[in-house]
Amino acid sequence: MTMKLPRWFHQLGSPPYVYRLADRLCPWLGAIGVILLAVGSVWGLVIAPADYQQDEVYRIIYIHPQTAYIGMMAYVVMAVAAAIGYVWRLKLAHAVAVSAAPIGAWFTFCALFTGAVWGRPTWGTYWQWGDPRIMFEALLLFLFLGYLALRGAFDDRDKADRVTAILAVVGVVNVPIVHYSVEWWNSLHQTSTLLDEGGPAMTTDMLIPFLIMILAFTLTFYWLLLRRLQAEIIEREGDARWIRELVGEGAP
Amino acid sequence: MRVFNAVLARDLRVAFRRWSELAHPLIFFSIVVTLFPLALSPEGSQLRDIGTGVLWVATFLSSLLALDGLFRGDADDGSLEQLILSPVPLTIAVLAKVVAHALVTLLPLICLVPFTAYTFNIPSAALPTLVLALLLAAPTLSVLVALGAALTIGLRRGGSIVGLLVLPLTSPLLIFGTRATDLSINGEPTAAPLLLLGALAALAISLGPLAIAAAVKVGLE
Repeated sequence: MTMKLPRWFHQLGSPPYVYRLADRLCPWLGAIGVILLAVGSVWGLVIAPADYQQDEVYRIIYIHPQTAYIGMMAYVVMAVAAAIGYVWRLKLAHAVAVSAAPIGAWFTFCALFTGAVWGRPTWGTYWQWGDPRIMFEALLLFLFLGYLALRGAFDDRDKADRVTAILAVVGVVNVPIVHYSVEWWNSLHQTSTLLDEGGPAMTTDMLIPFLIMILAFTLTFYWLLLRRLQAEIIEREGDARWIRELVGEGAP
Repeated sequence: MRVFNAVLARDLRVAFRRWSELAHPLIFFSIVVTLFPLALSPEGSQLRDIGTGVLWVATFLSSLLALDGLFRGDADDGSLEQLILSPVPLTIAVLAKVVAHALVTLLPLICLVPFTAYTFNIPSAALPTLVLALLLAAPTLSVLVALGAALTIGLRRGGSIVGLLVLPLTSPLLIFGTRATDLSINGEPTAAPLLLLGALAALAISLGPLAIAAAVKVGLE
């Protein structure tokens, strides 16, 4: 049986097409992302009212949950791309996975860092071993680092792609298990502000900048991802004619 | 099933012919367990508090020692490639190798644990639960270690990296295992964490060999 794949699927497997697509998307993602970052920051850090309980300190809520969310999204993007790359042997999908990993690791680290900064004034400690979400973020960071370490250990890029793809897929099966198992501990963490059963536990004037920041972080993530992807494509296809033409060398 | 038995019997025979290597994880386990009282304090009450965690972590670390024996030898002499080429599904053969690994590495370790637990003042009433929890965790642990070995099969020196890959994934086992042990020390019902360990084992046995077989195939290309 032959499976008919839609045309865009083939196009998304072609490095020059994706490179140019990224070129067209990047200014928009970058510009809107940065503008939203600026708007959200000013709104959240200056205009939004202070919290009645945490006072001014709570304002890190406009940064911290977003970094954690991007870290997790990066892992999912990485694993899905890796799985697509493994199944259809799409080199470009592997390139996406490789591009997502360092960004995810960095945002996960930022989530831990901003969480520590937030924890000091509110919980009285930078780090609390007993808190499930801190532990989950730390383990997520280790998964990213393990992925990057395994990738770095291979000389052969093609092999590295496919081996790390298996690791990413195994990891993504394990992430929910790790998540719920660490939830077993008594949590010090405040529960999710946004996804509460009774609707968001935030007033509207706090919620709007919060959502703006989530959107801004998401757009910025995809901007970074596409830029990294372009670099990765150039590295992988360095000898191709279209790249020589791109950098103005002309075909030999 | 014939393939499974054949591979299992062969791996066990090979393992017992190099029996001195079998002792390495056991010796390592004993050393790690000895270091903790030296580093902390030998007071009975404190030993009991840390004992559960020390035993579990030491078991996990020791199981990593034997992973070179899992695929390395077979990859070097080419018998693993013969297994890939043979018409039998590689997942079955891989599962047999994982079982063999669990039998020769983890089972002796688990036999050693009750004695060490006794020296850490863990009440003997909790020992059956401790051993049961370890037995339930063993399949998952073996699958994870084998996966680490399979992912690094194409690397000259993969040993150092496997810990980075495998240990974060063992955290659920550690949480449920130590929880079961602690509950049983306090005389509380332990069914919930034990059932969860069993569920993880079922998941690992059914899905793990697929991932391991895929990694072996890629690694030997």
